[in-house]
Amino acid sequence: MAAGQRRSGPRGKNDKKATDKTQGQRRTLFRRRKVCKFCADKIDDINYKDVKLIGPFVPERGKILPRRISGTCAMHQRKLQTAIKRARQIALVPYVTD
Amino acid sequence: MTAEAAAAIEGRQYELVYILPPDTTEQQAAELHEQIAAVVARMHGAIEKSENWGRKKLAYDIGRHKEGVYVLDVINGSGELMKEIDRRLRVMEQVVRHMIVRVDEEKKVVDRTRTRRQTASERRRVKRGLPPQRQPGEGRSFERDDLDDDRFDGVEV
Repeated sequence: MAAGQRRSGPRGKNDKKATDKTQGQRRTLFRRRKVCKFCADKIDDINYKDVKLIGPFVPERGKILPRRISGTCAMHQRKLQTAIKRARQIALVPYVTD
Repeated sequence: MTAEAAAAIEGRQYELVYILPPDTTEQQAAELHEQIAAVVARMHGAIEKSENWGRKKLAYDIGRHKEGVYVLDVINGSGELMKEIDRRLRVMEQVVRHMIVRVDEEKKVVDRTRTRRQTASERRRVKRGLPPQRQPGEGRSFERDDLDDDRFDGVEV
């Protein structure tokens, strides 16, 4: 899992020291700040009928992708949430899949 | 009811989405639509738009159905009217699922933000001595933008 290595977990500090010693330059990676998709693309309307727009925020399992991963801003996450819940009601998006 | 309240209800807009079984014929769908239109007309509403999305796969099984025919109606009318339609659709067996959403308020907000953004950008451009609308071939090209975009890197889907 590539993402897991980049993410600074709770035990980041000690890890960093260890990797610094062993691998030297490895730690120069920096993470770019995530940007809200809807702010960046200036999408005003998050509509429940637009499955293409909502789709990426509903991963395989059927759960709503959390803000900390998608980087969506609070306002748009709220709108996205209602849109996903509406889309679920009319079977455009799944509730759960396993 | 005061005239003001009546006017407020006048402006209400609802979206009705319903799903029919995949084996419904055109005629059956038309009949059902006719019935809804009759109710709307009787209660002084108006159907603004009607769309048929055709057969679609359902995200999950509803009853024994895996597919459905989606129909969308945009209706201007009162809450009473929508209540009546909701009640009728609930009873009807040939409707697999339906949903009614009030849309006028959200639409208003969206329109407002859109026009505000537009006027702000025009004002800024005029201040910089540019024509108010963006000209073709101006600014960064699209391909580069897409390459730079790593917003969803590391997102597990």
